[in-house]
Amino acid sequence: MTRLALTNAHLIDPATGLDAPGGVLVQDGIIADAGEGLFNDGTPADAQIINCGGKVLAPGLVDFNVSIGEPGARHKESFRSGGEAAARGGVTTIITQPNTDPPLDEPAILEFVLRRAQAATPVRVLPMATLTKAAKGKEMTEYRFLLDAGAVALTDGENAIADPVVFRRCLEYAASVDALVCHHPQEPHFSALGCATEGLFASMRGLPEVPAEAEAIMLARDIRIAALTGARYHAAQISTAESLAVIRRAKDAGTDVTCSVAVPHFALNEFDIADFRTFLKVCPPLRAEADRAAMEEALADGLIDVITSGHRPQDEESKRLPFAQAAAGGVGLETLLPVSLDLHHRAGMKLTTLFERLSLAPARLAGLNAGHLGKGTAADLVLFDPGAPWVVDRKDLLSKSKNSPFHERRVQGRVLGTWVGGERVFG
Amino acid sequence: MDITSDSAFAHRHLLGIEDLSPRDITAILDRADDYVAMNREARKKRDTLKGLTQINLFFEPSTRTQASFELAGKRLGADVMNMSVKTSSVSKGETLIDTAMTLNAMHPDLLIVRHGESGAVNLLAQKVNCAVLNAGDGRREHPTQALLDALTIRRRKGRLHRLTVAICGDILHSRVARSNIHLLNKMESRVRVIAPPTLLPAGIEHFGAEVFHDMRKGLDGCDVVMMLRLQQERMAGSFIPSTREYFHRYGLDEDKMKGAKEDAIIMHPGPMNRGVEIDSDLADDLNRSVIGEQVEMGVAVRMAVLEMLARNVTNEIAGVGI
Repeated sequence: MTRLALTNAHLIDPATGLDAPGGVLVQDGIIADAGEGLFNDGTPADAQIINCGGKVLAPGLVDFNVSIGEPGARHKESFRSGGEAAARGGVTTIITQPNTDPPLDEPAILEFVLRRAQAATPVRVLPMATLTKAAKGKEMTEYRFLLDAGAVALTDGENAIADPVVFRRCLEYAASVDALVCHHPQEPHFSALGCATEGLFASMRGLPEVPAEAEAIMLARDIRIAALTGARYHAAQISTAESLAVIRRAKDAGTDVTCSVAVPHFALNEFDIADFRTFLKVCPPLRAEADRAAMEEALADGLIDVITSGHRPQDEESKRLPFAQAAAGGVGLETLLPVSLDLHHRAGMKLTTLFERLSLAPARLAGLNAGHLGKGTAADLVLFDPGAPWVVDRKDLLSKSKNSPFHERRVQGRVLGTWVGGERVFG
Repeated sequence: MDITSDSAFAHRHLLGIEDLSPRDITAILDRADDYVAMNREARKKRDTLKGLTQINLFFEPSTRTQASFELAGKRLGADVMNMSVKTSSVSKGETLIDTAMTLNAMHPDLLIVRHGESGAVNLLAQKVNCAVLNAGDGRREHPTQALLDALTIRRRKGRLHRLTVAICGDILHSRVARSNIHLLNKMESRVRVIAPPTLLPAGIEHFGAEVFHDMRKGLDGCDVVMMLRLQQERMAGSFIPSTREYFHRYGLDEDKMKGAKEDAIIMHPGPMNRGVEIDSDLADDLNRSVIGEQVEMGVAVRMAVLEMLARNVTNEIAGVGI
């Protein structure tokens, strides 16, 4: 029986709203007790003691939107490198995208990936499987078998399913197995046109443009189909104010929808691309400042449920190209917490609210008993100094790919330690 | 010639009009005026760029611009090499950096680049050690075209400020339009853009241009009418209904020209689609059309720019003591 006592911590528990000094007692990888004044009468004699020095101890982050290069593109990110990056970023569970090569559209491939992930990754890995075969938007995959093999949700990643007939059937069938369906709502006929959001910036730079409306158009369709089928629908990576209005209507009407935003879409706007910086090419493209500000507001009031990193490792070769030809996406596991903490430092968001978006809500969405400090929960924890300033340097990242859109950004908040099931995986 | 404004041209590359000040523009045009005179002499060759190597690297086919740059370099005594890189759509990005690095190893002093993607020339400029001159990147900028247009206008109108210039046609895909809008705004002229909504970029009204969908209204009181080439290959059935309806609404003809000022000039960057965007008689009307003059100004402007960039190249090398 191993016991670990984390003392002198500033506890954050989004489930209870706890935001106070206290401690956590971990026994056999499980939180045995947590709360204010826990060790007032002294620590258990047999426990290993870690003095947290008054820093913040919170449930580890659950990142719902992570791409790992395995199988197929291990040079971009392996389970080991991605896992180490996650651990350093305070992320204790990564939920991975199925758009690999081959794609995760068969139970056998999924089982292989899970085995490989568990052997090489210091954090928990939960894969999503594709919604359609090879994520091509035509034929559905074997949902029941995939869920049984360990898929936590179904998604075609950044491929939007254009055909409403296919999408409806997928959702109908998914509802019958109670699967969560994640969709990237972008009208693909529009998205195929360009790489920047239509507007003054794209016009000035002469970049092929996609109207921001491409998102809300698809989202509105999705939500009607979700209501029609009763499926559990999650809109991944939303980025426009108009989408938020669509989500609000759906939530008000009682439709089972949730949504997430990736960090770049509330932390950056299109003008950050400046002179064709391809590291700022992401999917969907960065939006106008008004959209960025709307994301921040919706995160504060809870309209957006989840914050994800949108981690997309890309090698130098696929980024060292003219903007339109460069690959989209940025790495984000190590910057997820510090950049999100900007919401706390600058916009005054409570840490309990922030960890609801970063840990509790994504855990619930995935059906995990995680993301909080309740007794009996796995001891997935992050200890961090919220005030520590540092400058992101992409070359220092643990990800194999160094394509960070936050290179040279000044951030506040540094992870000091990460525990997964009571095991220290970082710090 | 104003020596101070000339020597103040402190740019390593010429990537776009956006980066230039009104002073830079005036300096280039003043120098180009000298070259217009020189080019009209029988003996045109100078040795200003003697010993320097100029490479024209064209990832997009071009006859006129490439010839103009070649002639400009040769008249100034540079060693000029042309490279046309035919690219498949899949591999052209790799070709860009790889080709640039290969050329860089040959130590050119001036690299003239045209590429089909916006920003490609900026990317390349970061990777090479020589002066890079943008000869057109995607839809973004074509700075020497705007400069030669400005020189043509200045010589005809005597000034570049307080003019009303209408740019008509496919603004959406046009780097010529973008560079011209930047330049004319910097020189304090008014710019109008005339096109159907399908051929206008979003937010153009915040870009320093008044938008007109009706050509007659747009041309009313204009000093300069700048026509753009309609790229027919990408138009049909998707941006416009047909070339004949386009000509009916947006083609420049005698009737629509009536609204413009009596002494208004007609410009076109070429090559023209006669009967699609411009009536043949108008294009050939020597009193109003300055299309031939634009080609002449092109060589002079490019000579001026090459000379001014080369001056900085030389200084830079001297500065590091090589």
